[in-house]
Order: sequence, then C-alpha cells, then structure tokens
Amino acid sequence: MSVRGRIAAAKAFLFGDSARAFGTLSLALLALLTVVPARDYFRDWRGVQKQYLQLIHGRNDAPALTRHFQGGVQQIWLPEIGVVDRCTTCHVGLKESTLTDVRTQPFRPHPPVPHSLTEFGCVLCHRGQGTATSVADAHNSSSSWEEPILPARYLESGCGQCHIQPLTGTPKLNQGRELLARYGCVRCHTMRAPDGTKRTGTDEPPSLEHIADKTSREWIAAWLRDPQAYAGSATMPNFQLKDDEIRDIAAFLIAQSQPYRSQKASEPAPVPSQDDAVIQQGASLYGESFCASCHAVQNAAGLLVGGNLGPELTRVGSKVKIDWLADWLRNPAIYDPASAMPHYRFDAKQIGLLVTFLSSKTDSDFTGTAKAAAAEPKQIERGRILVIERGCASCHAINGLKAPEDFAPELTEVGSRPLSRILFAPGVPNTLPDYIAARIRDPRSFGDTLKMPRFSLPQPQVDAIVTALLAQTARAETLPASMRIPARKPSDYRPAGRAGKLMDEMRCFSCHIINGRGGTMAPELTYEGTSVQRAWLVNFLKNPNTLRPALIRRMPRFNVTDAEANTLADYIMTAWQTPDFEGDASDDLRFTAADVQSGRELFYNKYACQSCHIIDQSKDKGYVGPTLTQVGSRLTAPWILHWLRNAQTLRPGSLEPVWNMNDADARSITAFLMAQKGAPVKEAARK
Amino acid sequence: MKRTGMRASFLVLCAALLTISACTRHSGAPGVTPRAFGTALVSVSGEKQFAGVGSQLEQPLVLQVNDAKGVAVAGAVVRLSAAGGAFATPREGLTGPDGQFTATITLGGAGGHYQIVASSPTASGQQIFMRVDESALGYQEMLGAKLNEIHCIRCHDPESTAERVSNMDNLTAKPHAFTDGAVLNPMSAADLTSIISHGGVAVNKSAEMPPYGSMLTKQEIAALVAFLRAVADPPYLAQGVNYASN
Repeated sequence: MSVRGRIAAAKAFLFGDSARAFGTLSLALLALLTVVPARDYFRDWRGVQKQYLQLIHGRNDAPALTRHFQGGVQQIWLPEIGVVDRCTTCHVGLKESTLTDVRTQPFRPHPPVPHSLTEFGCVLCHRGQGTATSVADAHNSSSSWEEPILPARYLESGCGQCHIQPLTGTPKLNQGRELLARYGCVRCHTMRAPDGTKRTGTDEPPSLEHIADKTSREWIAAWLRDPQAYAGSATMPNFQLKDDEIRDIAAFLIAQSQPYRSQKASEPAPVPSQDDAVIQQGASLYGESFCASCHAVQNAAGLLVGGNLGPELTRVGSKVKIDWLADWLRNPAIYDPASAMPHYRFDAKQIGLLVTFLSSKTDSDFTGTAKAAAAEPKQIERGRILVIERGCASCHAINGLKAPEDFAPELTEVGSRPLSRILFAPGVPNTLPDYIAARIRDPRSFGDTLKMPRFSLPQPQVDAIVTALLAQTARAETLPASMRIPARKPSDYRPAGRAGKLMDEMRCFSCHIINGRGGTMAPELTYEGTSVQRAWLVNFLKNPNTLRPALIRRMPRFNVTDAEANTLADYIMTAWQTPDFEGDASDDLRFTAADVQSGRELFYNKYACQSCHIIDQSKDKGYVGPTLTQVGSRLTAPWILHWLRNAQTLRPGSLEPVWNMNDADARSITAFLMAQKGAPVKEAARK
Repeated sequence: MKRTGMRASFLVLCAALLTISACTRHSGAPGVTPRAFGTALVSVSGEKQFAGVGSQLEQPLVLQVNDAKGVAVAGAVVRLSAAGGAFATPREGLTGPDGQFTATITLGGAGGHYQIVASSPTASGQQIFMRVDESALGYQEMLGAKLNEIHCIRCHDPESTAERVSNMDNLTAKPHAFTDGAVLNPMSAADLTSIISHGGVAVNKSAEMPPYGSMLTKQEIAALVAFLRAVADPPYLAQGVNYASN
C-alpha cells in the first residue's frame, strides 16, 4: 500500500464520520489534559522527597523524621524582608539535628548558625532563586545566571548586610572591611553602610604639600614605579605608569611642594656618622625607645619584625633627607600636625644617634645612583594633568588641587550589581564574585585605559575584600531598620587643658582607648584613675617599666619632666574614674595578717592565679597577665576587689576571666595582693 | 530492514566505544610528561590545616617524591585530586629540583574533613598514592577558632610566635592542645562544656584552667567544643570519619 493510501485509511478510521471525529478529538483533549499533571508529577522535588523517605526508612530516628516530614512544595514566606524561599521543598533535612551523619546534599542538616531558617529564610545568606522548585533554576548553573548560589567562601557576606559592627564569628568579612579601609579603597569609591553612614579610611596617606623637603625626585620616581619594592608592607598600590609618566609626576610633585617651616631649624642638623659603633648605639636607642612597637624592619631572613602602625623602615635611609629626619625626630608635628607619631622629646645627642642609625638603612638597588635631570616646565604641567587624571588627590593633600569627589564608581550596591551591566574580561567566569576578584587582582585586564591601580594582595585577602563588597547589596538597604546591628558611634573624646595638650603631644590615643576613642595596641585607660595609685603613675609616666614580660610592644619613654608627669597624673586621677565604686572607699578595707594568709592560699590553690601572673619571681612563671610582684604599690584595693568580681565591666575585652568571686574570697585575695609592695616608690617632687 | 537494524547497532557500538575511549583518555592520560620516577610520596608541610568552608588554606601543600634510597626525585609527576568540591591549584605538575611539588588547596563548601589524594606514577607504570587530611570550618567552628585565639591559645598551644609567647610550659598541669584527639575525643561534650564553664576543678582536674562560664555565652562554649572536635587529630570518631563527597 502506498503512503498516501495509508494516510487516507487512517483519516477514514479517525475522522470517518462525526461520531469518530468527536471520539478522536475527545481522546486528544484527554491526552493533552494529562500532560499538565504528568509534568507536575515528574518534577525534581518529587523524586527528591521520595529519595529522602527512602533515606530515613529504617533509621533509628525514622519515626521522628517521618513525623517532621511534610510532602509537597514547602515555602518560607517573609514579606517584610522579601523572602519567598522554597528551598526546604528539596532540602528536607535542614532542621533535623539527628541527621548529622548524612553528608550528601540535598539532605544534610544545616550547620548551627545563630539565626533560624524560619526567621531569615535561605537566600538572604546563600543567594540563589528562592522561588524556584527545580535544581537548575534554584542554584544556577548556566553561566550569567542573575542570581546564582553564592560560593561558600563568600558566605560571610550575608552577615554583613545587617551587621555593621564586626562579629567574632565572621573573620573574613571583618578582614575585608578592614582592608577596604586600610588600603584606601573608600577614598576613591563611595561606600555606604546599610544605615547610610559613609565608610571611612583608617589609613593616613601622607600629605605631599612639603614633599620636596622630605625626599628626592629620584625616590618618588622609584616609589611610583613599584611601591612594594621599597616596602613590602606598603599599602600604596601600583599605578602601572610608564617611565615618562613617572618622571613627569615626580617633577610636578617636587615643583608644587612648599617649605614646611618658614625659617631654618634653630639647631643644625646632625651629620650622620659612618662609624659602626655609633650606628650600633643608634640601633640600641631605637630598641630602647620601642620604635618597633609601631615600625617594622626586615630582618636578615627577610621577615618583617615590628608593628604596622607606622611605615616600614627597612630602606628609610634611601628615602628621607637628613634635615627632615632630624626635625621629624625632634617633633613630628612640625612637619605633620596630624601624625600618629608621638613627640618623644629626644635631646640633640639622641637625635644624632637615631639619625645615624636610620640613615644607614639604605638600599642603593632601590633608587639607583643616577640623578634626575632638571625638570622642564612642560614635564611639570604634564605631571599635574597625570596627577589629576589618576586621582592622587583623593588620598594625598597636594598644593593647588582639591580632593575629587566621587572619583571612582560608587560601590554601595556593588554586591547586587546586575550581570547585564558588567563587562567581563576574557577568561573571567561570568559571576559577580569572580568579576570583583578579577577587578582587584588585575584591573588593567579590563582595559588599558582603566585608572584603577593594582593592589598586590594574596588570594585570602582578595577573598576577604570580595566578601566585604558582596555584603554591599541593594537588599541590605531595604531591610527593616530593626534588623540592623549598627556600628558603635565613634567617640570624639578629647581631654582639655594642659594635660590634654600633653596627651596630644605624646599621642596617647594612638595606642590607648580612653572613653571610646583611640587605638587598640595598649590597655584601655578609661578608668585608670580608679585603678592605680598616684605615686606609681607618676613614676611610670617618667620611666615606663614593663608589666608584661612576654610582650614585645611596650610603652616608650617620652622623656617627660617631673612637672609634666604630675600634670598628667593629676588629670588622670581626677577625670578617669569609674562611677560604680560607691561604698568601697579604700579606708574601709583594713586587712589583717590572717586575710593576707588566706588570700595567699586562695591565690595559689583555689584560683591558681600563678598560671598567668607572677608574685614570686623565683617560682611563679605565668606571663599571660601583668607581673604582680609590686601590685600593692600599683593598684588600689577597691579596684582589685571589683576586678576579681568582674573585670569585664572595668576593662571590656580584658583577658581576665569573669570570676564572679564571692566577697570573702575577693577580699582575702585583695589583702594578699595589696601586701605585695615591692621596693618603696619615691614620689616625684610635686610642683 | 534487517540491514538497517545492523547498521544502527553498529553505529551505537561505535559511539559507545568512542565515549569510553574519550573518557579514559580524559582521566588517564597525563597532561605533563614525567622526566623521572620515584617510589614514595611524602608530605613535607601543609597537612592538617583548617580554614573556613570554601576557602583556600593559608599554607600550601608541599609533597616530595623520593626514590628507593629516600633521595628526593626532581621531575617526577605529582597529581592531586579531591572530592566534595575541594581542589588543588595546580592539579598536577613536576617536582622541582628539590624533589618537591607545591600546590594551594581550596576546600569545599561543606564543613568537615577533606581528603586530598596525591599520586605519582612509578617507572613500572603503577601509581603510588598518599592521602592528606584537611578540615573546613563552618560558622560555629570558625567562631570557636576565633574564641580560641582570644581566650585559650596562650596556654593550649605549645607553639610561640613573636607576638604571642606560649604560656604552656609555665603551668604545672600541661594543658592539652586542642588538636590532641587522643585525649579529647573520649571526653563527652558535656564534660568539655563543664570544664570550660566551671574550670578544671569541675572534673577534678587542675585549677589552673579558669572558669569561663560567666565570660562566654552557652553558644560560644558550644562553638569552642565544635572547634576542637573539628580539628581533633586523630579525627573525632563520634560518627566515624566522613570525608566530604559530591
């Protein structure tokens, strides 16, 4: 039979008469109608739920698990935060704490986190399409999917949408935010926290208004070529400039510079000695002055030793001019009134030694020996244009230039930037985190004309910055204000009067927190007046001896006079008092020998304080906390008493555990500690 | 009719063969050619680290290929594979002049143990294997890790750094390192919680361990216990060692 014949026969069979046609059409309609429920029947999640039931079948905890199980599409709906999450349709075991042995997805229980699924849903932290009910739609997988699941390494970004204040459990997010502030990112890019406050930098880019007095054109050129070659720890990025651009910028910076002092220093600048013995003396003074608490120097093994509050000094001799260095050591405020460096009050001999030591730290490989030829006006003008184009004034003060506003694109919502608005460089996977990471690692791969400099950061730091940037979402701004954990308000506490002026000169706030303001290197001093005895304080200010033998960061000696020490002590003893000590005046604490003896027992046996503190140099060894050999001449009795009850209320963040000690024990230990007088302290003459 | 059927089945067979051979080549053929062969793989450094889920481990994994005399072999091939979303960069390569191969390890997205399998071909065409354990910390374990750095590490870590001198040797009763699974694994979570909350005396141990029950919250103490379970070596065996898998 021919094909045509067959078709004709089939036609006759199906539509031969009206009854047949009606029957055929009805059957076709029925078939069509079954497609919809059938498609629904074969959805991903049904299979998954079946697998789950098989998985829990026969387990010991099956009855409870079966009771918790609810079939069908599940949904977490939280209209006020815009969450419609159906993830729990497949991720059935998320809330089952007994399933911890199950390690295959989608049935693993959710690891413990401080927030509940029912209050926060899933996509707020994990991203992905909450409303989807198929595996591919929910997680993404094809490239360029607008809302793919967030890779686990960036998970902490979810926390950052509400938590503006750092959290102990989110080290990566905290680190990323620190880096954004420390590497000057926020100086070019505006970034607002979800509550609208602008993120600010913690770096202090130096002013370039007097740069010609501090360093040479050759050094500026070498620095611009590769800042990390001068100091591996430098935060200045590499602007990837061409040689002639570097030459012109250096020429302009020198040309715009103005002298920082109207007349010459009264004392002549010291001449650095080439004598090794003098250099050694300078090195010793550098050590005694605890310069290393803030400044790092590379040791012979290439490791950085020292703090990072001030710049690294490994090659400082190649950088600074002798006159400038002597002036800086005399008083940093002469050159930079806002510097974090204290006024040390060194005498002329000490300045000479330090100048000798520091100027010996040179590296001829860095600057080379060639002198730069005199700059032409054309070069200077071109340098000025380059400085404006590159936005140098966003960070540095430069004569005649204003800091540009909104120099670089705002990043407040960079964490939710739509992929359709992103131009990917070749080789970069088409996801937002990969895009941000590539922009940080090598901005120029996105185009030669891009102005963004290159930051040489190791992968974990790039991950941290990406995490912090991914927390900058549009959603974070629309979340209800009640969900936000705001940042602590910065304090602008400034002590007044003569003492205040002295504290400013010695830059106490660079290291100590007092009334909410200051650095974190040294102990908080908000209640120091309640804590210590006046005679000890005066002595300590004049000659800071170390209280913690294991610490490498120590309080430097500022060479203060008796009168200055007394002024400071008067202020501290009066103003830095805790209001909570009513009824504990030290007169009421009269201790007997029996108190001291029982305190000793408690100290050594019941509370084992010698684990961290030393009373008897010959047998105690603990050095987590301060040495207590002379604590009876240092601290006040009420302070010790309260400290033993709860040190955290007196100095939040102290390592001292909260003992909640009963009154009798606390009183006895206080008696024992107050009996540790050490050698008598002679008070400096009061004026 | 019969001929078409035969042709079809032949085509299917060819396709199957092609697929199999393609797969085999994909998994078996080396991307780098060995210039030398060793007989043993040893780990130099980078084992038993921990990092947050999905993160790169801080220290690279350094492996060495040795010959039968225990001498390092340069130019031997090392391949690294891992399951559960963990991966090594690079995944394979030749050992350097010192006989060592260095790779960075990125952990998978779920908390728990990850096993990195290193292999190196021998002269006879066989493979030598070595397994390296790393752990990924979820939120709770990471919180514990950070609390450890603040409160515990000075006494519980025997290693000193310039910034932090260990206090362990100054104590009469030596604290246990948190990685000391042999001692800590048999202790129940309730006992550990009790020691952290009420001090060593809570279980008739040294008073040198102070009580932290008023300083840390219940959640924080649970996080510390979770952290020391996560880094225990040998691994905490409450549920058997489970390596992450896809």
